[in-house]
Amino acid sequence: MEATVIRTGTEGKTWGGGNEPLRASYGKMMMWFFIVSDALTFSGFLAAYGFSRFKFIDSWPIADEVFNHFPFLHGVDAPMYYVALMTFILIFSSVTMVLAVDAGHQMKQSKVAFYMFLTVIGGIIFLGSQAWEWKNFIQGEYGAVTTQGGNILQFVNEDGKRVALADFTTAGPATRVQHERSNGLWFTDEPDLPTYTVQEVISGFEANPNLYVRTQTINEEGEKTILSRQESQRKLEQEAVGIVEGANLTQNEYGVPLFADFFFFITGFHGFHVFTGVMINIIIFFNVLIGTYERRGHYEMVEKVGLYWHFVDLVWVFVFTFFYLV
Amino acid sequence: MAHSSSHTTHESNTKKIWIVFLILSVVTLVEVILGILKPDILVNYNFLSMKWLNWIFIILTIYKAYLIAWAFMHLDHESKGLRRSIVWTSVFLIGYLMFILLIEGDYIYEVYKNNRVAWDF
Repeated sequence: MEATVIRTGTEGKTWGGGNEPLRASYGKMMMWFFIVSDALTFSGFLAAYGFSRFKFIDSWPIADEVFNHFPFLHGVDAPMYYVALMTFILIFSSVTMVLAVDAGHQMKQSKVAFYMFLTVIGGIIFLGSQAWEWKNFIQGEYGAVTTQGGNILQFVNEDGKRVALADFTTAGPATRVQHERSNGLWFTDEPDLPTYTVQEVISGFEANPNLYVRTQTINEEGEKTILSRQESQRKLEQEAVGIVEGANLTQNEYGVPLFADFFFFITGFHGFHVFTGVMINIIIFFNVLIGTYERRGHYEMVEKVGLYWHFVDLVWVFVFTFFYLV
Repeated sequence: MAHSSSHTTHESNTKKIWIVFLILSVVTLVEVILGILKPDILVNYNFLSMKWLNWIFIILTIYKAYLIAWAFMHLDHESKGLRRSIVWTSVFLIGYLMFILLIEGDYIYEVYKNNRVAWDF
């Protein structure tokens, strides 16, 4: 039975909905406008990052020194290789996506499915890489001392190479037990206790005459300032108040706390986009497999999720530049 | 719909896609190599109070963004109106946001630096 349909005689004409503003279909245009608004969100994050960086322009952490890990290369200084690899992975998954769109234009179902599959795999590899990057960042490598003024003091040897706290400090017997819900007040607890106390670090420092303190201040050559031995000792004894190993939202061993905050928020928000992109791509991949778009007669849906996926890549290009290069 | 049927006779663009991928890869490689080498000429000289190296990074990034938007997101096939509503909206709003926040950040830096009150105590 056919439902009652009122025909106005304008079907296909402008007032009957037959017009496409800007000669784009509704879905595609709305995807574009969503992308524009999302781009503004990301630029808000990046602009805030720029603001904080300009605010601490002479003490901001140097990205090359923070992100210098590469899988299976332990102890090798590999600045940026890993992020460059991640960038390639994402660009390549963008290429397979655009190949899927291209195959969709020619109505080649199996080709679309194959390229969509590759795109999903690329996205998952990228997410895994990001997880590894986060793990390294959170875990930290060297550890540092915090000062009363909220600054970070790091340790270097006479060659200017970073030295980890573990290399010169021996942990004494634990002075106290970590307060957990099970052993103290049941309604509160505290974060993990640092491995060393400030006093242990200072005595370790005094026992090793070839160690120096590196402050966050960036000198004329664009490098972090290294204090003389006497200044180092004085600084440690007068200002050191705590130990920090790795990074969280309130403090990190790399420098200004905001650096870690922006790292978590910007790469996290981007990673969330990649994650949703992978999810949507999987849905579309299965739709391609069961022939939804073959029956519909066109693969515009692949094109629309493709726009989103390329946008995620586009954002990463900017994050890469402003977080790792500049 | 006219839109979809016009695409069924679409010819394959695979060659163009691979060329764009090649350009994107080369540009990224150049960025990484410059970032690792940090040539003295580019680091020690400023233009509009920013290092030449950073200018190069930003210009290359915008070039990559242009390639992705035009070749991968097919902005070149969209109508002029849609293209402008996307590009100019972003360019003006983001440009303004960057301008105002970076100037402000620099101002706060100056205040911290020249203030009589020490903030690193």
